This record gives sequence, C-alpha cells and structure tokens, in this order.
Amino acid sequence: MAEPKPREVLLGPIFDDNQMIGRVVLGVCSALAVTSKMDTAFTMAISVIAVLGCSNAAISLIRNYIPSSIRIIVQMTIISTLVILVDQILKAYAYDVSKQMSVFVGLIITNCIVMGRAEAFAMSHRPGISAIDGIGCALGYSLILMIVAFFRELLGSGTVWGFEVLKLVKDGGWYVPNGLLLLPPSAFFLIGMLIWALRTWKPEQVEHEG
Amino acid sequence: MPQNKGRDSIGQTLLVATALCVFCSVLVAGAAVGLRDKQEANKLQDQKKNVLLAAGLFDEKEQDASEVNAIFETSIVQELIDLQTGQPVDTALVDPETYEQREASRNPELSTPIESAGELGGIKKREKYSFIYRVQGESGETEMVVLPIYGKGLWSTVYGFIAINVDANTIEGITFYEHGETPGLGAEIENPKWRALWEGKQLFGKDGEIEIKVIKGAVNPDSGNAKFQVDGLSGATITGAGVSQLVRYWMGPHGFGPYLDIIRQSAAGDANG
Repeated sequence: MAEPKPREVLLGPIFDDNQMIGRVVLGVCSALAVTSKMDTAFTMAISVIAVLGCSNAAISLIRNYIPSSIRIIVQMTIISTLVILVDQILKAYAYDVSKQMSVFVGLIITNCIVMGRAEAFAMSHRPGISAIDGIGCALGYSLILMIVAFFRELLGSGTVWGFEVLKLVKDGGWYVPNGLLLLPPSAFFLIGMLIWALRTWKPEQVEHEG
Repeated sequence: MPQNKGRDSIGQTLLVATALCVFCSVLVAGAAVGLRDKQEANKLQDQKKNVLLAAGLFDEKEQDASEVNAIFETSIVQELIDLQTGQPVDTALVDPETYEQREASRNPELSTPIESAGELGGIKKREKYSFIYRVQGESGETEMVVLPIYGKGLWSTVYGFIAINVDANTIEGITFYEHGETPGLGAEIENPKWRALWEGKQLFGKDGEIEIKVIKGAVNPDSGNAKFQVDGLSGATITGAGVSQLVRYWMGPHGFGPYLDIIRQSAAGDANG
C-alpha cells in the first residue's frame, strides 16, 4: 500500500472528507453535550486532539503485536487510559476548566471517532502517519464542534465565548434567546443543516444508492 | 502476513492482554497518585474561594485567585459545630485539623441517618459535625456566617455554600462549586447572575416556617411572597427543585436550624444590650 502523504492526511479530514460529516456521522454523540458554550467545546476539542493523536500513535506502535481476537478491547484500554490521564491532568493544572467539563471528558472514551480511527487507520499504518491522521481527524471534529457551539451560544445565550454580543431582554436589551438551542437536540438540527450546506457545496460527498 | 499465526495464539493473546493491563494500570495509578497533592490543593483553594464568593468578599473578575488565601486568613474564622446542638464541637472528641467533612458522611461513627426519607433527595446519611465559616468585620464582630450545603440535582450531588446574615434570616449570597449538572442548563446554578438573585431573599416566614423556594418561571415582584422566591432556571427544573430542597433542608431544623437559633438569639441579645 502506498504510504499516504502527511499533508493530505492532516488536512484532508478538515476540508475534504470531514470525519463528522463526509463519510460517517461519528462522534456526534458528544457534540450534543458540550456545544452549548464555546469554551467548553474548545476544551473538549483540545482534549480530543490530544487523545486521538496519542491513541492512534500508541495503537499503531503495537499494531503488529495485537492479537486480532482482542484488538477492540486492546484499543479501548489504551483509549481509556489516555482519557483518564487527560482528566487527571486537567484536574491538576486547569481546575476551573475541568470543573466545567465535569463528566464529559470521560465521555471521550465513548466517542466513536477515536476507536473508528484506531480500527480504520492506526491498525494498518506506521505510528507517525497514524498520529497525524488522528490529529487531522480530531481537528475536523473540532471545527464542527466549534461551529455548532458558536451558533448555539450566540442564539441560545446571546454570547460568544462568554462575551455579550446580543443583549438579552432580561438584561434590558432586545434579544429574546432561543431556549431550544441550549437543549441537546438543537445540535442535531445544526449538524443536519451543516451536512446540507456542505453537500450542496461539494455534491461529490452525497452517497449514491445502489 | 506470516506473523499472524504466532500473534493469534492463546499464549500471545494472554501475554499481550496482561502486559497491556499492567502497563495501563501503572500509568493511571501513577497519574492519580502523582497529581493528587496538586488536585487536593486546587480543591481546597476552590472551596475557600467559594466561601469568599458566597460572602461577597471576592470578585472573580477583578481579583486573582492567589489572593484567596490571604483574604480567607484575615476575615474568616472556621469552626466545627455539632449540627444537632449548634454548639462548637469538643475538640477532644473530633480534631478540626484532621476532620474531613465529605468523608464523615460515609463514616458510621461520624454520621447520622437523615430523619425522613426523601428530605434531602436520595441522600440517606449526613455528617454529625459541620464546618461553619464566620465572616468578621474590621472590628472583629461577626457580620455573617457561611454554611456548607449539598444535595441532589438532576445528575449529581451539588455542593455549595450559603451566606446568612447574623439575623439568621437574610441570605447574603450563595455559590455552588461542585456538581455534574448539564452545561448551559443545570450548570447555570454557577452563573453569577442567577446567584445574585438570592441576595436579600429571606429564609423564614413570620411563623418561623421555612419559606425560601426556587419557583418555576420568574418571580412576580408584586407578590407578597417575592422575598422568599427565586426565579427558576429555564431548562433546569429538576436542578432548581434540587437546589430548593437542599437549601430548605440545611436551613431547617435537621440541618443548621439549631445553629441559626443560636446566632439569632445572640444577635438579638447584642441589639438589646
């Protein structure tokens, strides 16, 4: 198999075949929970980038030793270990942030994109390129997360990254916040609209039946 | 691939599984132990910060977290009281230096069952002794007391502090420092704007019954009960109800009631004398 180019591997998922949109709607689960505010979404994005980069590298490093019968649980163990490490480090060095993230850091373990990349890429490629693939996919995921969080925070609370943009009626302004956008299902609506927009822009991403 | 056969043998499978488990446990345990001191220090400082926030002595936007310890030293007196009597604990019985309040509620010797089931969410036992924080003015007189409170929200146990005026009735401030409620919804109990709604509200009605409550929707300012009511958080009805319940429990006769009686009497005594 021809070794893919690092540049394509890193940037491809962001602009062309976004993991969250183009191929599979993976990792969407956590998008519901952490995207009501941009700063939590950002921390989530950084954590996912760290975990996905490291997990892909680690799994790729031992890919030739992993017995195929237990490979899923081996991947899961490595991913869980990394997530716990991220959680512990956040608690020690970024206490306020870790408090905001609360249980959601742990939920990275269940983020399908992490194991998806381990299984689809890291098991068959060298560690360096696997790490780049992990970081690229996580960046693509982060981009979507930030876009969704931007709209949810702006329209749901009238703020962007905690700064007031639309002055709310209750504070004497004019904007009546849309409470729906603070609720998890609104992330689905936004992602749906994103897929629609992206596929209109790039029609080749539409799956064809048959 | 030639190495496939050896790789998939039972021996190799067991070996890889064991090695991986050992390696990962060492990493996780190492991180947990190595970072524990730092995490505990963060937690302690965060608690002190929240005592100060509840008392209105610290402004998160204008002051740096490094000032927390100094402010805490100068204006807060920490005491350990027996919840049942409201009196300070005999230090021969329990050492305040080593007393861990959170753990005490799980220790059969230091905890007591909650009187009626459901009075404090699903929590069945509470600690016998609790820390209280007296806030002293410049001349050393007690201005208010900050009391630790906790109870069940929607997903998690919510921990916080409430600051009560020495009249043992007026709320001076409230904070929540640890919870696992939904960001943007239940987690808004941390929002300074919502917390500010509590300031000046009253705990008890004329007959001494506890009246404070988080209601659903906005408080009607013209209603006679407005001084006992706090706006609910939209999308967080259950968290709001939980907060309501925990404040009512801790301010009630089974919580800090006896202690509040004592400070009420001593405040009245001072006023007469």
